[in-house]
Amino acid sequence: MTIEWFLVLSALLFSTGAVGILIRRSPMVILLCLELMLNAGNLALVAFSRMVGNAEGQIFAVIVMVVAACEVVVGLGLIVAIFRRRLPLNVDDLRELRG
Amino acid sequence: MEEALFFAAAIGALGGAVTVIAMRNPFYSVLGLIVHLFSLAVLFLLLTSAFVAAAQVVVYAGAVMVLYVFVVAYVGGGGESAWEPIPGQRFLAPLLGLALFVELSIAILGSSLLALSTDGPDVKAGFGDPAAIGRLLLEKFLLPFEASSILLLLAAVGAVVLAARRREAQA
Repeated sequence: MTIEWFLVLSALLFSTGAVGILIRRSPMVILLCLELMLNAGNLALVAFSRMVGNAEGQIFAVIVMVVAACEVVVGLGLIVAIFRRRLPLNVDDLRELRG
Repeated sequence: MEEALFFAAAIGALGGAVTVIAMRNPFYSVLGLIVHLFSLAVLFLLLTSAFVAAAQVVVYAGAVMVLYVFVVAYVGGGGESAWEPIPGQRFLAPLLGLALFVELSIAILGSSLLALSTDGPDVKAGFGDPAAIGRLLLEKFLLPFEASSILLLLAAVGAVVLAARRREAQA
C-alpha cells in the first residue's frame, strides 16, 4: 500500500474525532474523541516516518502516546471530581468554570 | 494480502471511530475505541513499526481503556439531553467535519511530495523494532524521554489531587 492511503485514512479519522467533539455533550465521550484525533495524528506521524525511512518519527508517536495518557488521567480525575460534587456531567451546563 | 489487511484494518478503525461518536451509552463508545485501537495497531505493523504497535496495544488498549471502563462504571452512563445551544448544531457539525476532511486531503495529495505515492524506501530488517527505538530513546532523544517521565509523574500527582475526597467540599 502506498503512503497516501494511510495519510488519507488518518485525515478521515481526524475529521471523525472532530465531528464527535462538536456533537457530543458528555465530557467522557469528548475525551474519547480527543483520543481519536491524537491517534489519527500518530498514524500520520508513523506513515511519514516510513515514507522517509527514518525511525525518528516513531519516537514522536511514542511521546504523543505518553501525552495522551497524561491527558486521560487528568481528564478522568476531573470527571470524577465533577461527579463527586453532584454537578451535571454535561459540557453545556459546565461552561461557567466556577467552583 | 497486504491490501486486504490494510482495508480490513481501515474498516475496523473507521467503524470503531463511528461507534465512539454514535453510541448513546458511553460504555459502547469505550468498546468502539478498543476496536479502533487494535485496528490502528495492525496499521502500524503494516508500516513496519513493531514497537509503536506493541505500545499501542499494551498502553492504550490495556491500561488507558481499563481506566475508562472503571470511570464509566463509577459515574454511570446517562442519556444526553437533546437541547442544542446553537441551533442546527447536529447538522452543521458533520458538514464541518466533511469540509475538514476535504481540506486535509487536498493538503496531503496536493503537497506534490513524490515519495507519497510509493511504498517508502526499502528498510533494513530491524526498522522500528524495540531495539532500534530503545537506542534512539536513550541516545539521541534522552532529554524528551526524561521530560515525558516527569510529565507522567506530574499527571499522576495531579489526578490524585483532583479526585481525592475533600473534607471542606463535603460540608
